[in-house]
Amino acid sequence: MMAPVRLDGDSVRWTENTPRGVARDDPWTALWRARELIGYFALRDLRLRYRQAVLGVVWVLAQPIASVAVFTVVFSRLAGVSSEGIPYPLFALVGMVTWTYFSSTVVSASTVLASNVNLVTKVYFPRIAAPASSLLPPAVDLGVSLLLVGVLAAYYGVSPGVQLLAAPAWLLLLVLTATGVALWVSALNVRYRDVQHAIAPLLQLWLFASPVAYGASQFSGWQEWVYALNPMAGPIELGRFALTGTPWPGWPLAVSVASTAVLLASGAQYFSRAQRSFADVI
Amino acid sequence: MDRIQFEDVSKRYVLGDRANAREALVAAAKRAVRPRRAPAPKEVWSLRDVSFAVADGETLGILGRNGAGKSTVLKVLAGITSPTAGVSRTRGRVAALLEVGTGFHQELTGRENVYLNGAILGMSRRDIGRAFDAIVDFSGVERFLDTPVKRYSSGMYLRLAFAVAAHLDPDVLVVDEVLAVGDAEFQRKCLGRMEEAGSEGRTIVFVSHDLDALTSLCRRSLWLDAGQVRASGDTRELVRDYLASGGVAQRDSGPLASGGPITLHGVGVYSAVSRAQAALVRDEPVRIEVDFSAEEDVAGLDLAVFVTTASGVRVLDQALSDGGPPRISAGRWCVTLEVPPILNVGEFTVGVWFGTAHTDLLDEPVTASFTLFGSDRGRPGRILVQDLPMSLSRADGSR
Repeated sequence: MMAPVRLDGDSVRWTENTPRGVARDDPWTALWRARELIGYFALRDLRLRYRQAVLGVVWVLAQPIASVAVFTVVFSRLAGVSSEGIPYPLFALVGMVTWTYFSSTVVSASTVLASNVNLVTKVYFPRIAAPASSLLPPAVDLGVSLLLVGVLAAYYGVSPGVQLLAAPAWLLLLVLTATGVALWVSALNVRYRDVQHAIAPLLQLWLFASPVAYGASQFSGWQEWVYALNPMAGPIELGRFALTGTPWPGWPLAVSVASTAVLLASGAQYFSRAQRSFADVI
Repeated sequence: MDRIQFEDVSKRYVLGDRANAREALVAAAKRAVRPRRAPAPKEVWSLRDVSFAVADGETLGILGRNGAGKSTVLKVLAGITSPTAGVSRTRGRVAALLEVGTGFHQELTGRENVYLNGAILGMSRRDIGRAFDAIVDFSGVERFLDTPVKRYSSGMYLRLAFAVAAHLDPDVLVVDEVLAVGDAEFQRKCLGRMEEAGSEGRTIVFVSHDLDALTSLCRRSLWLDAGQVRASGDTRELVRDYLASGGVAQRDSGPLASGGPITLHGVGVYSAVSRAQAALVRDEPVRIEVDFSAEEDVAGLDLAVFVTTASGVRVLDQALSDGGPPRISAGRWCVTLEVPPILNVGEFTVGVWFGTAHTDLLDEPVTASFTLFGSDRGRPGRILVQDLPMSLSRADGSR
């Protein structure tokens, strides 16, 4: 069938809704087109979070500070874990702020669709905007936490070197890893609400399987390579290298980056397939 | 030139779809072990081979009973859900208004909600900024713009929410039963805005139970029945056929309501002249039938049927005990009330009350509704059309 063409310059594009879903854009184009909506969603969450909290943004620092205090006692004092040549609290803090960005994003992405049933069943909006919006508020927290990292680094007299140039690569890798997991959990939780219950214990295990409280240098030989399959190993080690000048992570970083790439591609794939039935199964 | 094309669209819903991971895993394991023995999930076809087209600038109405598939058509049109078979095509920007205020957040202020809601409905920041003053103007909540909407009255909330949707500026506007909420003035405003959109040359698809609104807004309509197109064409004719088909009397298969030992099975409104004729007209008596059962004997059980106008005025309230003490023992009963032709044209709701002199057992203000058609003889304001004796006599003593 020939597509009708209008000659008066009005939009001529037909949008088709078929059993294979709405033929609109690929996920990345949709993401770009929905950028304003993503911003409004993120703004809503930020406003709600701090609307009636007197101390506001200070609360962001409570979690990493508490964790670092515990890690310092348990891992550094009691277990004597090596901190690769920098003071242990700084070492753990950099790992912790990287991890906190990841885990906050994943937790909020897990419920972002399932807790907005009306939004999913009553309006059409590019669905990918919802998990994408959960990437932003934790970024504000990350920014605030980095100030603390700066203060602590100054206190210990650790000054960043040329490695700081790797910081953008660190942020990019971190955001991409979080995006991959966010796409998976947000779509899975629409169908299986088990996800939102499983997410907290899983993240707890994942935290200790990641080089937050200790360094990946604890491992060598084949263990080192298996460990690098953890997609969060790369961002954390890279962040520590860029901000505090610990040794360059080396080839295991490439393995971790590859894990992230697989996670991201499969997440986007699953999300765009699952979104067709969001309104039916939510 | 068409704006919307629906080709053989079918939509299947699977009932009791796997709700959690454990069930899904168990089901998958069962399928793996015994591929044939897994029971087929229960399916419901919400739409079956529905085809229609809407031309550029046309306003199409969709009518049908609850569960006929009206909302599913709109959801497929808007891209909220995808068809199981067939294809739906739309051209240009589609704005669907299936609910007023989707995405409004109670804690955010009116201003913040306007921007958020506009973005959800597909407006860009520039669009919203340009339309902002008009939206505020239309809603009339200017003084409360920086107040969280949780402090709004429900009327203000609805007005602001509809105002955003009304300024969407889409190529295709899809409107579900939104006019069912809100007061008469709000409904008038909504309808007025839709008429305006129609005269601006936008394409509109409008679903409503309000047959008057449908008739005045849409020249052409589609009648959906059990997921299929039963008829389409001139709205006036379609509404007539729809009413004649028994679309007025509401009798559901399940019980309507229950309270204590009382179960209300159904309330029907019929023409008292001919049972087959379901279009009710003003000049003929109407019969209301209440089908209920009592599980046990209740001493002094009584029942009342009341009729309310669309504006909420209770015009009739008749109790069974008005004609002497009723004796209702356990069992299933039918109560018939015949209303003489005293009511003017319009919409009415039938309510039912069960109880004794001391307690209320069941009080259902909306069990059925009916519309009386006909001419109101130029006096639309009156509720009753009873002719009363009226005479004229001189008062100045002269002959």
